[in-house]
Amino acid sequence: MMEKMIFGRFMPGDSFVHKLDPRSKLLFVFAFIIIVFLANNPVTYAALFVFTLLVIFVSRIKLYFLINGLKPVIILMAFTFLLHIFFTKEGELLYHWKFISIYEEGLKQGIFISIRFLVLVFMTSILTLTTSPISITDGLEVLLNPFKKLKLPVHELALMMSISLRFIPTLMDETDKIMKAQMARGSDLSTGPIKERVKAVVPLLVPLFVSAFKRAEDLATAMEVRGYRGGEGRTRYRQLKWDSKDTLAILLLVAMTALLITLRS
Amino acid sequence: MDEILSLDHVTFTYSPDEPDIKNAVEDVSFTVNEGEWIAIVGHNGSGKSTIARLMNGLLFPQQGTIKVLNQSLTEENLWDIRSQMGMVFQNPDNQFVGATVQDDVAFALENNGIPYEEMVKRVHEALKQVKMDQFLNHEPQHLSGGQKQRVAIAGALALKPKLLILDEATSMLDPQGRAEVLATVQALREETGLTVLSITHDLEEAILADRMLFMNGGKKFAEGTPSEIFALGDQLVELGLDLPFAMKLTKLLKQNGVKLLGEHMTEEELVNDLWTSNFKK
Repeated sequence: MMEKMIFGRFMPGDSFVHKLDPRSKLLFVFAFIIIVFLANNPVTYAALFVFTLLVIFVSRIKLYFLINGLKPVIILMAFTFLLHIFFTKEGELLYHWKFISIYEEGLKQGIFISIRFLVLVFMTSILTLTTSPISITDGLEVLLNPFKKLKLPVHELALMMSISLRFIPTLMDETDKIMKAQMARGSDLSTGPIKERVKAVVPLLVPLFVSAFKRAEDLATAMEVRGYRGGEGRTRYRQLKWDSKDTLAILLLVAMTALLITLRS
Repeated sequence: MDEILSLDHVTFTYSPDEPDIKNAVEDVSFTVNEGEWIAIVGHNGSGKSTIARLMNGLLFPQQGTIKVLNQSLTEENLWDIRSQMGMVFQNPDNQFVGATVQDDVAFALENNGIPYEEMVKRVHEALKQVKMDQFLNHEPQHLSGGQKQRVAIAGALALKPKLLILDEATSMLDPQGRAEVLATVQALREETGLTVLSITHDLEEAILADRMLFMNGGKKFAEGTPSEIFALGDQLVELGLDLPFAMKLTKLLKQNGVKLLGEHMTEEELVNDLWTSNFKK
């Protein structure tokens, strides 16, 4: 169950978007997040929305997964929408009842903000849904390479990320095993008041931590024996390939930026 | 025959400041020649795993010298020597570094700066040697213990090492996984003449070796071919080492008056003796 929570995010496939290099996808999404803020009138917001729909269509991701990705931010969206509606007092008065009054500008701003949220969440979801965590890590490592000059340990960070990803299922299995072992001895993890349940988690976490440290030590030894001594002089087995598709994606984004700049008021 | 590895009067202790504590390894000497399969056996705490760690410079001895390919092991040539030795550890999960099978096999190659084209070739070759080439993109959680250990062996082979060290590599596996791994090692030896040093307390594994080293309390207690070692019989049992099943059975049969020709280490030999034993009357 827990495995699905994390790995359910990546949907393998062979659409145009799936086949893009992680670097171009990361750059694309990063730039998109910036250009979203260029939109400031109905035409530009409509353009953003249509653009996002197009990307969704090309990625062939089922809308259901994207809507799922919205769940964590839906409250935030609703909240900002209502704030704008009730507290912006500009433009024509559209509706008035007792102390509630809705103005034209408020409604407009509310809708704009909601669209902004929607396209941002959709775009980032498309990135994680079409790219495996390990290729995102690879892409990030290469893109962050310039920051090595600022003493940012890029290679180490990327390796840490990929090892963590590798060990998530292993530790999940372990948790499951420990949970069953504790349950077999009569510990009750799922009922009772919150305080009791939190207490019941402690005998779960302690053995999990102990074994995680043991694993870390073993892994460090194994890595050392296999000749790991940092990023210097290392070659890469997973190669990233930038081809015409990737250039096309970036060009599309540049075109979109130009469109937004001309259309914004 | 060329000498691959030698230990010369090696002594090591984990706590050099406390003379009361017994040395983990005391005055151990032995050599491993090219193409041999050596098994180091002994019960827990006999110092056998410490020896493995000394051999590839994870630990350095307080006394004595360790030579690998006729170079003595020092801090300077450590990495060079490590690339000549492949090592497989006990826990299959804790030595799997890569996200997939092929990434893991490539790990040591990446560390040694092997160019990409060469890496691809070697990864495929190594996986073929352990018959795991169907599993290139599998993630470790979808493999059995035996398969993971075979991937670990492939990871070691990819570097084309002179010596493969198995540090209790089969002790966490189920019988089927153990058989898989041992069959893989045997096949490798037949094909490539690889030198193998296995540290184990599984006697069925030790029987396969050309030579056995029996460790007790940090010291080398005995050295010889498996039949020589197992001829020690009760002495081994006293020191906490079991005898192989076939040997125990032979002994019991003899006690009960069944006439058998010798001590049999494997079930096959015993069966052969049993069904032919009545012919000679």
